[in-house]
Amino acid sequence: MTETQNSSSPSRRALIGWGGAGLALGAAAAGGAVAAAKAGNDVDPTAAEAGGAVEFHGAHQAGIATPVQDRLHFAAFDVKTDDRAEFVRMLKDWTEAARRMTAGKAVGEGAYGGLAEAPPDDTGEALGLKPSRLTLTIGFGPSLFERFGLAHRRPEALVDLPQFPGDNLDRTRTGGDLCIQACADDPQVAVHAIRNLARIGFGKVAIRWSQLGFGKTSSTTPDAQTPRNLMGFKDGTRNIAGTETDRLKKFVWVGDGDGPGWMEGGSYLVARRIRMNIETWDRTSLQEQEDVFGRDKGEGAPVGKAKERDKPFLKAMKPDAHVRLAHPDSNGGITILRRGYSFTDGSDGLGRLDAGLFFLAYQRDVRKGFIPLQRRLSAQDALNEYIQHVGSAVFAVPPGVRDKDDWWGRTLFSKEA
Amino acid sequence: MRAVRLTVTAAATVAALTAITACTAKSDAKDGDAIQVTAADSKCDTSATSVPAGQVTLKIENKGSKATEVEILFPDDRIVSEKENIGPGTKYTLTAEVKAGAYEIACRPGMKGHGVRQKLTVTGSGRTAQRNPKLDKAVADYREYAQEQADATVPLAETFAKAIKAGDMEAAKKAYAPSRLGWERTEPIAESFGDIDPKTDTRADGLEAGQKWTGWHRLEKALWADKKIGAEEKTLADQLVTDLKDWQERVGKAEITPTSMANGAKELLDEVATGKVTGEEDRYAHTDLVDFKANVEGAQKAYELLKPVAEQNDKALTTELDKQFTGLNTLLDKYRSDKKAYDFVSYDKVTKDQRKELSDAVNALAEPLSKLAATVAK
Repeated sequence: MTETQNSSSPSRRALIGWGGAGLALGAAAAGGAVAAAKAGNDVDPTAAEAGGAVEFHGAHQAGIATPVQDRLHFAAFDVKTDDRAEFVRMLKDWTEAARRMTAGKAVGEGAYGGLAEAPPDDTGEALGLKPSRLTLTIGFGPSLFERFGLAHRRPEALVDLPQFPGDNLDRTRTGGDLCIQACADDPQVAVHAIRNLARIGFGKVAIRWSQLGFGKTSSTTPDAQTPRNLMGFKDGTRNIAGTETDRLKKFVWVGDGDGPGWMEGGSYLVARRIRMNIETWDRTSLQEQEDVFGRDKGEGAPVGKAKERDKPFLKAMKPDAHVRLAHPDSNGGITILRRGYSFTDGSDGLGRLDAGLFFLAYQRDVRKGFIPLQRRLSAQDALNEYIQHVGSAVFAVPPGVRDKDDWWGRTLFSKEA
Repeated sequence: MRAVRLTVTAAATVAALTAITACTAKSDAKDGDAIQVTAADSKCDTSATSVPAGQVTLKIENKGSKATEVEILFPDDRIVSEKENIGPGTKYTLTAEVKAGAYEIACRPGMKGHGVRQKLTVTGSGRTAQRNPKLDKAVADYREYAQEQADATVPLAETFAKAIKAGDMEAAKKAYAPSRLGWERTEPIAESFGDIDPKTDTRADGLEAGQKWTGWHRLEKALWADKKIGAEEKTLADQLVTDLKDWQERVGKAEITPTSMANGAKELLDEVATGKVTGEEDRYAHTDLVDFKANVEGAQKAYELLKPVAEQNDKALTTELDKQFTGLNTLLDKYRSDKKAYDFVSYDKVTKDQRKELSDAVNALAEPLSKLAATVAK
């Protein structure tokens, strides 16, 4: 017998100003004119930095071009039901939960104050925390289209990734019918989100694998300091910025005529768990480390240049230097939006750090983005001696949820779509 | 179902809460009816020593310097209702439904020891909240089921013990898993007698320092890992039968309510999720799937008995539960050739992928099952 608590569902959102500048940054950075107009305010990056909420609704899903947060919990799910209506119902429940959580609110009826005999709707560990710029982004894997009679709707651009030389994929960290990328400045907020979505999904979906990440390794806000990966090098110097509307349109967002209409405004995500041979890397001479990347370790300047953002002179780098091989100029202009995170899952039993880069890249077409790029890198990159791709997945990330009546995947699943 | 809960408005929740309260608390409760309990480091003062049967409310205030625990106890020290961890200077309201009889209120400063006791006499027969007769029937039927399971277990345990005492390794191995079925089906009840479970069903890693390891798993280790039956094992076999007879005698007195039945069903699935799916339960014999099946059967029995009421209150939930029980049972059937026999595949032959599939099916059932208690309490 417990005392009844009459408190209403708590709102993390209440801790910050809502409807003000805090959410505008996310909306505007998403590049959606619609979203920016709706917020109706000038962008104030400091509010978002302070842990505010990122607008969930918009032409594109948040979590792609919006400023990269510090932490990640990424989860890939298998579908467990054959009932399309049930699956759609779950997507709607997920959307509602995501809408609430990204606004800093608890799921459903909250974490306490409900029926004493039932477990609370929300698990409660995010109570009292700020929204922390939580973004939740959904993606659909190729295998999903083998279900629910969706085969004819699978986009051509959603190809199964080929086997790349040197891949050593762990099946238990690969694939998935769908994924949720949860990014937030507070790891507890990101983990809370995945945990609660997994709970809502039990019976309909089951987590296949998941990955925690920290220390964003790419930035979508170029004026901020470029973060470093676990090899100690600045990563993401020339990444696409959330404000570069033209480049986003050209390289990231699926456009009219790119394929099925349901994907317009969406993007394609490649996720790769890239294990680093940390100990051997750390024993490598500074000269070799810098040669491998083609940039210096301190400033991040390209070989022969003084500043990080100086235009690289690729021919000055070694032919197998990572930056030289990955640069758009070496690849006919291929550009992807990177959003990766460092990870470590402790040590591996041999005393080696189980650590590396959880690579996340968004692009308009995987066939013109990640695949040709990785073909080149896997064949020639000097970095390959120090890394190994151990997990892999690819997802079609649908367009944004437009408003409070819309839901994740509507353009794919609804009858009229 | 979450889908349902998610769309409930705040107003509806308040209404639901009121309904629950009205159903379990007496409607004419006034603050003056509550017993004031003043707890301190060496005292436990109560404002009344006699109350009429029905809903009893304790308004507790801890004026001591240590956290305390307050309990209402049956004469045999079984707990009627309790609240742990009432901090110094804090108040708590504890409610319980009690029938006529002799009780004690105990305050345990520092939350240990015998505590300070006060007598409480509950008089009369009236004023116990009206309960749905269908639920009373469910409880009565479940009590009978629990008794049947205990009654059936004792001879099976005797067969097991007999084989051990005869030094017949093969017969003992064969009798091991069947002897556990009835226990595993009704485990939450068996565990409610806190002193029996540690003697019968403790695993090596569950032992406290200085605790002698007895019961099924100790014998399991002797048979499968040590491959020997000595004098000690023979004594332990007898001891197991004695302890199970103790359970058989007491099972009828277990406190069972509709919500404890429902949550007990969920707890059986929790047992599966934490002990059986991992292969930890029967780590030497690898008969985990037999226990697994028994846990599911026990959960399903409790559910089936509550279903008439649950169905009225939340049809979507019972539809989902029916589907998930069927799904899990169908999956389990893949691991035995005869659907009537408890002859399951040895768990060390169950692959990692298959364990994941079983785990997913358990989660799919346990999550909606966690909503059953609230649904029958409506």
